[in-house]
Amino acid sequence: MNIITYDKTFEGFLTAVFDCYDKKLTPITFVGFTEFQSILFGKEHPVITDAFKADRVWKGLHKKLSDTGCKMLAIDFLSELPDVELILYRYIRKVLESNVSIETNFGDSCVLEIYQLFKKVSRETERVRMFVRFQKTIDNIYFASFDPQYNVLPLTVHHFESRFADQSWIIYDTNRKYGFYYDLKSVNEISFDSSKIHPVTGTLDQSAFTEDEKLFQKLWKTYFKEIEIKERHNPSLHKRLLPKRYWKYLTEKQ
Amino acid sequence: MINDGTLEKLKILAGAAKYDVSCASSGSNRPNTGKGIGNASPWGICHSFTEDGRCVSLLKIMLTNYCQYDCAYCINRRSNDIPRTAFSPAEIVELTIEFYRRNYIEGLFLSSGVVKTPNHTMQMLTKVAQDLRTIHNYNGYIHLKSIPGASPEMIREAGLYADRLSVNIEIPTEQNLKLLAPEKDYPGILQPMGIIRQGILENKENRRKYRNAPRFAPAGQSTQLIIGATADNDSQILTLASSLYRQQNLKRVYYSGFIPVNSYDKRLPMLVQPPLIRENRLYQADWLMRFYHFKVEEIVNDNHPDLDLELDPKLSYALRNPWMFPIDINKADYELILRIPGIGVKSAQLIIAARNFGRVNSGQLLKMGVVLKRAKYFLTCNELSSPTINEIRPEGLRRLFTEQTKGKKKDRNYGQLKLF
Repeated sequence: MNIITYDKTFEGFLTAVFDCYDKKLTPITFVGFTEFQSILFGKEHPVITDAFKADRVWKGLHKKLSDTGCKMLAIDFLSELPDVELILYRYIRKVLESNVSIETNFGDSCVLEIYQLFKKVSRETERVRMFVRFQKTIDNIYFASFDPQYNVLPLTVHHFESRFADQSWIIYDTNRKYGFYYDLKSVNEISFDSSKIHPVTGTLDQSAFTEDEKLFQKLWKTYFKEIEIKERHNPSLHKRLLPKRYWKYLTEKQ
Repeated sequence: MINDGTLEKLKILAGAAKYDVSCASSGSNRPNTGKGIGNASPWGICHSFTEDGRCVSLLKIMLTNYCQYDCAYCINRRSNDIPRTAFSPAEIVELTIEFYRRNYIEGLFLSSGVVKTPNHTMQMLTKVAQDLRTIHNYNGYIHLKSIPGASPEMIREAGLYADRLSVNIEIPTEQNLKLLAPEKDYPGILQPMGIIRQGILENKENRRKYRNAPRFAPAGQSTQLIIGATADNDSQILTLASSLYRQQNLKRVYYSGFIPVNSYDKRLPMLVQPPLIRENRLYQADWLMRFYHFKVEEIVNDNHPDLDLELDPKLSYALRNPWMFPIDINKADYELILRIPGIGVKSAQLIIAARNFGRVNSGQLLKMGVVLKRAKYFLTCNELSSPTINEIRPEGLRRLFTEQTKGKKKDRNYGQLKLF
């Protein structure tokens, strides 16, 4: 009965898996170093992230799983669900202990859970691609803020980089307080003083944006209003497809 | 270029284009070459949803709403006294690019009223696409409407810049089309379709030989049928759709519930509400043909020329064919499992994969996302021994299912539900 504390990175988690095997630990929960409270029932085992150990586990998984199967694990991890490490750990044990690939055994709830979580995180990733709205700042940077339910921004970087290759942009996760900046050459992780982001609008002060930005926002809103067919008005369907929690970031819903 | 006048034009020309329902941005895979603007993603992306619940993926706009044709069902018909205007190609180009850069849209869907000649109109549309591609290095999605009557050369030219081309049939039978749109005829619509189909096939062949051969309408072609403007039944509509999928290799057929925009025209029916439920049922039937291996005759035929408005077409099919149920999900083929109401493509695939490891039971089905309260009457699995369609009889099940949906309808007066 061990409580694993680690640095909350995927590499750290893989190291933890290694330690669990190596030291024959039985994890009951995985928590970040800062979240650990010693009153928790169980013995603490702190994990020091180790690239070598993580790599051993990762390579071991690759022997038993397809590339997609391995990718799914990394993507599930980004869900940051409170018990995601346990879900992954249970699955990894099953994978490593089986002689045949169990990847498609969807009758097994562990396998199905991994697949369904992957679907959920992918869906949120898709929503970032759909609902991010850039605003052009006076520094000629297209700025967008967002707070996805899961930590999926890293999964969207490639999409935005290849699509908007000739404009520099920033996508910022207001909740997790970090983002990505593309400077026409490469994408880098950034974070800045969060007081610059308005807590209600979730974006920068209006003075940061160019004049024609306001014009194009107006044009877009006009267009959005105009293409609705009034005879088919259907607000409940609208809300189902465009959940309210995204409205804050959508130009057309302001 | 963009100024206050643009806003007014945008209002008029977006309003004029909104009755075309196509908005797909999928099927193309155009990379962003040489640090240009945009790319086309193969699965398509919706960027917003209007308050009528339709997706907004493309900037759907008309170049102009001036038109020489006088089609009874169209808001832009020449005899309508409405404000008319036109964009310059440069204005559309700028709007598209500025919207695209802000991630509002996935691309452009450009259509137009017919001005001067069909060829002239087609040329204007092609010019916008050409400018976007060649001057601005834009690689996002472009859908161009192929103007009825444009020459084969013009259509071929357009296909070099567009991802998708479409010709709208609008009215599902020829005699009704003649009645409502005297200037149009079926050959005039089907011929450009044939040219586009030919172009796509030749291009596929060429690209197999030369990897860098220019693409021709890589996202294929689509069309639209208006539902409820004429007395055509569902069998006529779906048979037409099915032959378009098979013979013309169409990617999509869209069904658009008729909205009486010209209520003064006595050739058209008076409708209180657009036929949204019927439209939804047609889309469900379309899905059955495209993803569920159904033949059109199995969905509608001489005995059942119209779709059941109370039940979805798959359930309705099951109730008409009780002899084939219950289906054993641990033994049946994929195609047969797809026929079980309450099991979709995704859960059918999961079942097939899981079967390799052992028998699948109802608890597992539920977790996989099968709608068991519907499916349980049509399947057997490991342990389930609840009454099936053979015990309850189709009539009994029909009563059961229609009562279920009636209970739900109270808070939902709108017909457009999600697909399956």
